[in-house]
Amino acid sequence: MTTPALTEVTTVACLFFIFLTPMAAAGIAFINTGLGRSHSAAHMMMASLAALSIAGLVYFAFGFGWEGFIAGPAHTLTLSGKGWNWIAAEPFFFRKLASDGTPAFLAASLQVFCVGLAAMIPLGSGADRWRLRASGISTAILAGWTYPIFAHWVWGGGWLAQLGANYGLGHGFLDVGGAGTIHVVGGLTALSITWILGPRRGKYSADSMAPAIPGHNAVLILFGCLLALVGWLGFNSAGAILFVGGEPSGSALIALNTILAAAAAALTAAFITKIRFGKPDASLTANGWVGGLVASSATCAFVVPAEAVVIGSIAGAVVTFSIEWLELKLEVDDPGGAVSVHAIGGLWGLLAAGLFARFQGPVWNVADRSAAAAAGDSGQWLAQVIGLATLLGFVLPLTYGLNWLLNLLYPYRVSVEGERQGLDLHELGAGAYPEFVTHTEDFIP
Amino acid sequence: MKFVGFMLLVAGWFLVLAAIVLLGSPGARGAFVFAGAGVEALGLSLVFRSHSIPREEDR
Repeated sequence: MTTPALTEVTTVACLFFIFLTPMAAAGIAFINTGLGRSHSAAHMMMASLAALSIAGLVYFAFGFGWEGFIAGPAHTLTLSGKGWNWIAAEPFFFRKLASDGTPAFLAASLQVFCVGLAAMIPLGSGADRWRLRASGISTAILAGWTYPIFAHWVWGGGWLAQLGANYGLGHGFLDVGGAGTIHVVGGLTALSITWILGPRRGKYSADSMAPAIPGHNAVLILFGCLLALVGWLGFNSAGAILFVGGEPSGSALIALNTILAAAAAALTAAFITKIRFGKPDASLTANGWVGGLVASSATCAFVVPAEAVVIGSIAGAVVTFSIEWLELKLEVDDPGGAVSVHAIGGLWGLLAAGLFARFQGPVWNVADRSAAAAAGDSGQWLAQVIGLATLLGFVLPLTYGLNWLLNLLYPYRVSVEGERQGLDLHELGAGAYPEFVTHTEDFIP
Repeated sequence: MKFVGFMLLVAGWFLVLAAIVLLGSPGARGAFVFAGAGVEALGLSLVFRSHSIPREEDR
């Protein structure tokens, strides 16, 4: 059984959207760099490039083999008479994948960028103390194992997508542009990394409130937001065509919903920080913007614009408050805000899909097209809750466990001296800003 | 505490899976899915607590 071929117009449109997606990676790289310290700026950019490269190559080697595509070869468990498609059985290295514009090939091409973006998310949380080689090894695990398994369940016709066909739970777990597969997976990996690395030196002390360690370049952060928007338009639109059977004409609504969600989230964050601190905070506004983008990834194809504004506003508020809550109350040192923006923002977006989504027709996310056509809308919210429960109950323990084991074999954290010196000099041998005057504190033992 | 927290996360997920497979009535299924999610929330809170930074030493 194979998925029907796309029309030529749809194929060209899908390719165009896939070509936009690297902008999201560029945006996230800028944001992560700007939110970190100046003495680790080049290291963050280098780590971003390395993450994209490693993730792409590992996914090509065997990630797609585990993830596959709708109606592709897969292993199935039978539970109470229902088939649970739990992992793909595609050949490694894209063998037997026809490179002629078939949906499977387009999906594989898109996923190379998707997994790269997911791999970049934890870099923001590990800023200023995560060794480059360790981040590369962690990326390989994410791209080769964690990401493909969950993405198969959602985008590869796996059991989460089959919840509608098997159990009448709406159209199965839906995730148009990767709120769950990319952002929650990346955000939960970021959470695991912050726990394993521990906080930055000097962040928390016994007798005082945690000092803010501000980002070093607001221009990079805010410019990154603009680049990210372009990339998100690509992810959301291509995802709608390939993973839920959308048409190119639906991309206009997707684009509108994406920008509205981001705009509402950013303004909400700016408003909240203005009320609380007297002035709007640029970095929290930027985090709010990206949180809105992340939330839109789950819902963009299935909500009306007014609902996108509501979803984005709530995302902006949730992200802003959760950043502070995680940092001060739960003592999670996350310089890039990755956990709040991507994990929490993504979880909200997925939940919002269950609350707000409306469907004009079938959603083609499983191999059995007659079952997909027969699926109703009721129970969609429960399917989304099941997906959230899977992210927290399966993906988080898996990613934490794998990274914890890797940390035993190859320590993740840089030495104290390296952290004090800055990762640029310590790991790369050259700073990002050689004209900067060296501060005397660097010489205080 | 960390290990127990992660075990509760996984146990909650298995509760959710069991609810899907074993329960036919939508009401019962929904209730047990939320019960599983509740167990996961408990596990997550334990994991967060286990990673909180000790206050008695200078970090």
